[in-house]
Amino acid sequence: MVEHFKVRTIDLATAPLRDLNAELHRQSAEAHEPMWEILNPRGAHAIAVGVDQPLAIEIRGSVGYYCGGMNKQASITVHGSAGPGVAENMMSGRVVVKGDASQYAGATGRGGLLVIEGNSSSRCGISMKGIDIVVKGNIGHMSAFMAQSGSLVVLGDAGDALGDSIYEAKLYVRGNVKSLGADCIEKEMRAEHHEQLDALLKNAGVDGVSTREFKRYGSARRLYNFNIDNVDSY
Amino acid sequence: MTYQNPPTTPRKSWTFDDYTLSEIRRAAATGIYDIRGGGAKRRVPHFDDLLFLGASVSRYPLEGYRETCSTAVTLGTRFAKKPIELKIPITIAGMSFGALSAAAKEALGRGASLAGTSTTTGDGGMTPEERGQSKTLVYQYLPSRYGMNPDDLRKADAIEVVIGQGAKPGGGGMLLGQKISDRVAEMRNLPKGIDQRSACRHPDWTGPDDLEIKILELREITDWQKPIYVKIGATRPYYDVTLAVKAGADVVVIDGMQGGTAATQEVFIEHVGIPTLACIRPAVQALQDIGMHRKVQLIVSGGIRSGADAAKALALGADAVSIGIAALAALGDNDPAYEEDYNRLGTTAGCYDDWHEGRDPTGISTQDPELSQRLDPVRAGRRLANYLKVMTLEIQTVARAAGHNNIHNLEPEDLCALTLEAAAMARVPLAGTNWIPGVQGGF
Ligand SMILES: Cc1cc2nc3c(=O)[nH]c(=O)nc-3n(C[C@H](O)[C@H](O)[C@H](O)COP(=O)(O)O)c2cc1C
Repeated sequence: MVEHFKVRTIDLATAPLRDLNAELHRQSAEAHEPMWEILNPRGAHAIAVGVDQPLAIEIRGSVGYYCGGMNKQASITVHGSAGPGVAENMMSGRVVVKGDASQYAGATGRGGLLVIEGNSSSRCGISMKGIDIVVKGNIGHMSAFMAQSGSLVVLGDAGDALGDSIYEAKLYVRGNVKSLGADCIEKEMRAEHHEQLDALLKNAGVDGVSTREFKRYGSARRLYNFNIDNVDSY
Repeated sequence: MTYQNPPTTPRKSWTFDDYTLSEIRRAAATGIYDIRGGGAKRRVPHFDDLLFLGASVSRYPLEGYRETCSTAVTLGTRFAKKPIELKIPITIAGMSFGALSAAAKEALGRGASLAGTSTTTGDGGMTPEERGQSKTLVYQYLPSRYGMNPDDLRKADAIEVVIGQGAKPGGGGMLLGQKISDRVAEMRNLPKGIDQRSACRHPDWTGPDDLEIKILELREITDWQKPIYVKIGATRPYYDVTLAVKAGADVVVIDGMQGGTAATQEVFIEHVGIPTLACIRPAVQALQDIGMHRKVQLIVSGGIRSGADAAKALALGADAVSIGIAALAALGDNDPAYEEDYNRLGTTAGCYDDWHEGRDPTGISTQDPELSQRLDPVRAGRRLANYLKVMTLEIQTVARAAGHNNIHNLEPEDLCALTLEAAAMARVPLAGTNWIPGVQGGF
C-alpha cells in the first residue's frame, strides 16, 4: 500500500526563515508531514538547519551558507547550487546538491551522506569526522584538511594540498590530484576499499564507474606524535 | 708586591637570569619549544595597580550587614528568548574535558551550581557529568568542533563561539598523546594516543561577515532561545568587540594575556596578547560608541583571583568576570599537601604547570584513572562554592564601602591607580592626582 502524504510547501518569498526552521524542528515522528518543499530560497542562509526527523525536504533553487547544517535523519535536496558550509556538522541523513557547492562543504560532518552533483570548491570535507561525501565533479584546494574520519569520494580532479594534516579519513579520487598536503600519501586499494567505495558510489546513485578507476589517499601517520625532525611539515 | 683584585660578589645577569639560561639549555637539549599550562607568569600591569577610593564626605557608605547590595546579573538580553540569570557576577570559564578529568569537570559544575552561577564546556565537547551537575551550562563552539552536535547544543543554556583565548590569541589547542584516553579519543573521533592539534581558525567561516551568518545559523538551530557569547583573546579589543557585536553577539567575553590555558607554547603565553587591565576600557568604549554598553553584556577574564579583582573589572565597565586558574586552585590544584608528588615531577607546589603531561597529582588535569580518583567532586565542588561566596562577599564589601547598593553601580570614578601604566590603561587618575595619562589632551 502506498501512503499518501501531503507535501507541505513553504515559500520563503513570503514566510520568514525563522518560521520555516521552527516548523521543521516542531516535527515529531507523529506529525505525519514528512514531505516538504521550500520555494524561493534565493540564496538565503541557514535553510533547514538542525532538523532531527526523517523528513524529505526539496529546496527549489540555490541556497546561501550552511544549508542543512547539523542535519540529523532528514533527506534534503537542493535543486540549485549551495553556498559555503552546506551540511556542516551533519550527523546523519542525506544532503544532495544538484548544482555546485561553495567552500567547506560537509565541514566537520559526523555522519550521513553528502552528494554534490556538480563541483565543490576549496576545503571540501575540512575537519570531517565521520561523514561520507561524494562529489561528482572536481574539488578545490585544501580539501579534507585535518580530516579525521569518514570518506571523501571525488569523481573528477582534486586541487592543491589534498588531505593536508589528515588523520584517519579515506579519500578516493578518480581524476588528477594537483598535489597532496602534508602527511597525505597514496595508499593501496585493497579489496575492502573497493567494496566500501562501491557501496558509497551506489548509495550516491553513481552508475557506470568502476572502483578500479580510483586511487586511494590517506594519512602517512608521520605527524601523529610531535617529532622535531618533521618540524617543516607542521 | 703583586696586586690582588679584591673579590666582588658573584653577580647574576638580569637579562640572562636562571630561568632564561635553563630554558636555553632545555631548548638546546630537546630541539622543541616549551609547552605548558597556566597563564603569563611574568608581572604585567594588573588589578593590583588599582585602588578603590571608598566613601568620603561627598559619598556615604552602606552598612555592611544591614543594607542590601545586589549581585545578580542577567546575560544575553539582546536577542535570546531565554537569557541567563546568575546570582553572582563570577562565572566558571571554559576548560576542556580532556585537559581536565571528568571528576574536575563535575566539581566545577557542582561548585558553580551551589554558588548560583554558570560553568562552561571546552574543547572536547560536553560530558554528561558536567551537564548533570551544572544548573547553567555554556557550550563552547570551537574551531576544532570536537564533540560538537545539535543535541548538546540544545541541552546547553548558552552557546559561546570561541574565537580566541587570552593565553594564545591566534593559536589553536593542543592535547598531547599522553592524555588521549579511550573516552577522550572517542569524543574527538580520533585515534588514541596521538597528539591532537585543535585548529586555530574555524573551519567554515572567516571574518566578521561570515561570523554573522554563523551566529544566525546557531540561532536558527536553537530557535533563538539561547544567548550567544563570542569569546575573544585580548589583542585589539576596541575593534574586536565592535565586530563581535555587529555579528550579533548577545555577550562578549574578553580574555586577557594572564588567562590560563591547558597547554600552549610558552612563547605564546608570555608574548602574545595584552594584559587584562589594558583591554577593559577599550572594550567598554567600543560598546558605548555603538550604544550597546549594558545591552550586550561584557565578561572579562584573565588572572582574576579575588573579589577585589572582580570588583575592579566591574567598576571599569564589565558586567561579569570569569575564572579558570583560580577555580582550579579552589578545587585543589597546586596544593602544598601534594608537595612530595610535585617534587617527584621536578617542581614544587605553586609552580606546577605541566598540565599537558597528564600526571597531575591532584587528579585535576589528568585522564589517569588512579590520579583522577584523588579528586572528590563533591568536596571539591563545595570548596569552589565557598571560594565563590568569599569573592562575592568581597565585591559587596567594596561596593558598599563605595556607597553602592548594587555591585553593577561600581564605576571608574570609584578607582585610582598606583602606577602611571595602570592609570593609562584603566583610564583612572593616578592616586592623589587628577591625572589620567592620555585623556583630556593629557600626555
Ligand atoms: C586547564 C584549562 C583549560 C582551558 N580550556 C579552554 C578551552 O577549552 N576553551 C577556551 O575557550 N578556553 C579554555 N581555557 C581558558 C579559560 O576559558 C579562560 O579564558 C582562562 O582560564 C581565564 O583566565 P584565568 O585562568 O586567569 O582565570 C582553559 C584554561 C585552563 C586553565
